[in-house]
Amino acid sequence: MSEQTRVMRGGGAEELTRDQLREIYYYLQLTRQVEQVLANLYRQNKVIGGLYRSLGQEATAVGSAYALRRASDGTGDVIAPAIRNLGSLLVMGVRPVDVMRQYMAKADSPTAGREQNVHFTDYGLGHIGLISHLGVMVEVMAGVALSFRLRGQDRVALTYIGDGGASTGACHEGLNLAAVQRAPLILIIENNGYAYSTPVPRQTAASSFVVRSRALGIHGARCDGNDVFAVLEATRTAVDRARRGGGAALIEVMTYRRKGHAEHDAQAYVPPEELSSWEARDPVDRFERTVLDRELLDRHELDAIQARVTAGVEEARDAAESSPLPQPAEALAEVWAGIATPPPWTRREPVDPFQA
Amino acid sequence: MASVSEKGPAVRPKPEHVRQTDERKPVTMLEAIREALWEELERDPDVLMMGEDIGAYGGAFKVTDGFLEAFGADRIIDTPISEAGFTGAAAGAAHMGMRPIVEMQFMDFVSCAYEPLTNYIATSRWRGSGPVPLVVRGPVGGGVRGGPFHSQNPEMAFFHTPGLKIVYPSTAADAKGLLKAAIRDDDPVLYFEHKKLYRAPFLRTVLPDEDYTVPIGRARLHREGSDVTIVTYGMMVHEAQKAADTLAGEDIDCDILDLRTLLPLDEDAIIESVRKTGRLLIAHEDTRTGGIAGEIAMRVSEKAFEWLDAPMLRVTALDTPVPYSPPLEDYFLPNADDIAKACRYLKQY
Repeated sequence: MSEQTRVMRGGGAEELTRDQLREIYYYLQLTRQVEQVLANLYRQNKVIGGLYRSLGQEATAVGSAYALRRASDGTGDVIAPAIRNLGSLLVMGVRPVDVMRQYMAKADSPTAGREQNVHFTDYGLGHIGLISHLGVMVEVMAGVALSFRLRGQDRVALTYIGDGGASTGACHEGLNLAAVQRAPLILIIENNGYAYSTPVPRQTAASSFVVRSRALGIHGARCDGNDVFAVLEATRTAVDRARRGGGAALIEVMTYRRKGHAEHDAQAYVPPEELSSWEARDPVDRFERTVLDRELLDRHELDAIQARVTAGVEEARDAAESSPLPQPAEALAEVWAGIATPPPWTRREPVDPFQA
Repeated sequence: MASVSEKGPAVRPKPEHVRQTDERKPVTMLEAIREALWEELERDPDVLMMGEDIGAYGGAFKVTDGFLEAFGADRIIDTPISEAGFTGAAAGAAHMGMRPIVEMQFMDFVSCAYEPLTNYIATSRWRGSGPVPLVVRGPVGGGVRGGPFHSQNPEMAFFHTPGLKIVYPSTAADAKGLLKAAIRDDDPVLYFEHKKLYRAPFLRTVLPDEDYTVPIGRARLHREGSDVTIVTYGMMVHEAQKAADTLAGEDIDCDILDLRTLLPLDEDAIIESVRKTGRLLIAHEDTRTGGIAGEIAMRVSEKAFEWLDAPMLRVTALDTPVPYSPPLEDYFLPNADDIAKACRYLKQY
């Protein structure tokens, strides 16, 4: 079927309203600027763990999430991001200050300092935090999608995985289960060239990831991940189909990871000319060129949005920096419902092993 | 007692093989489990089941026989062979407010779902990702010539994971009450069913007519005695009972504590019994190294060292895979004779 593997390109910008174009640009800028602030905080040793950038992949995250039905009361579509989908979370309504608090391990972060970066959940906004074991979110989101079908809700579940994570058994098991159950699950395989340092040819001998959709008997599409309009169109098609009962879908987006796996990784394994060729295909620049060339937005509007984003991000950074770290004994809380985990006897007064 | 179907649809007639509660008919452990599942599916429309061959075939042990016809393919879901996939999916459905019951065709295969269970599901509440109310249940245990991959007791692979609960009943009444409690629990529960007890005639019991649960986290005093405490669970409860019957004629009086729940462990009940008898034997069908005996002995050392009149001992399976051939498997498994010998040693110490 030709539709399954055709590469979708551009177009679609004219079908969006001016407000929608502004909103998309806002989220592209917000993603990029939040990460720039986080990179500065990282260099100041204020980010406790690693920092995972999505530089060059913002259009994939923003364009796909923008295709969803968003709500704040837990009735909208539900996503589970991968590590480079900050943009998806921002589109879903996550506040930059919460992302910064997560990275800085603050007491008032969404996980109260127990977990890091984008590993957090808000069922109201419709996002579920990933864990580091790749593939499991495909299984979990297959179940989320299945619950929508069983309850007759016209909601969809969307999750992401990289070219590396697509090699896991979990990724296959989850997507196959969704396929068999005709659950409204959209899986976006973000082909960004590298899994940590390992290039795509070491992950798969196939010429693409989208061919797997045929093997599973589900809808498949492949698109240019640096073109926000192409990502939006491909996701919308899959989402609309799933919402109407058409079942699961796989979308392969072709993009590129322009930073290392995390901020510590200088990506010495990447040929410099490869990096520069993808810099020339930057998704934010490309959005600007498209809307300016076609006179859909003007430079003044773009500059105003950029300035608004900068002000908001700086305010979020100040708030996050002033947040406190958690109290140590907070680590004991909420392992089970209603069962307390005792503190270590050596840290109690008086020291008494028989009270352990 | 709460009556059934408060929020569920009208109660449908149970097929003949699912006990009618007014019959006063003694049931096996398998029938008790079947009845618990049936009644919970009736009571709560959010309860659903997932697993391999649980639909048209009714499950490898026929636990869900007739369920597909009664509840439909959207609540009795035959899955692809993908234990990790459907366990992870159960977590997703649980996030959305459903109460999935996952059947492992044999609990040996739960190792395939170790990843979603220990990393995703067990940590979810603590990570702030919300509760994951689901049950993973299935047959365990040896003595049925099932060989190394249909006879395992994998409980201790999960005992080390904060956030999970582990239930392992030894009687029909507990099996029903604990399974209902597990399904209604807001935390993930692994529920172990000893396959050799499924249809054991000596376990046939007349169950209470009313809807009842047995609390998770509480041990049950199976036999009261004053000389030696035997802490055990599952099949070994009944081996311990046989040993105690023999030992009664030798003036050794055993206190048998059936743990019923391994995680969270009922430490208070263990300590209370040890303080009474001063002697402790731990018996489990699981293999020796890293078995629950080690944890229990450590807790007794912390809480009741001064009450002990003898070293703490254990009777367990061998540290090998479960062998297939009858002489080998019988040698592998602990039994009443082993337990009796250990109790005599403790009494004479």
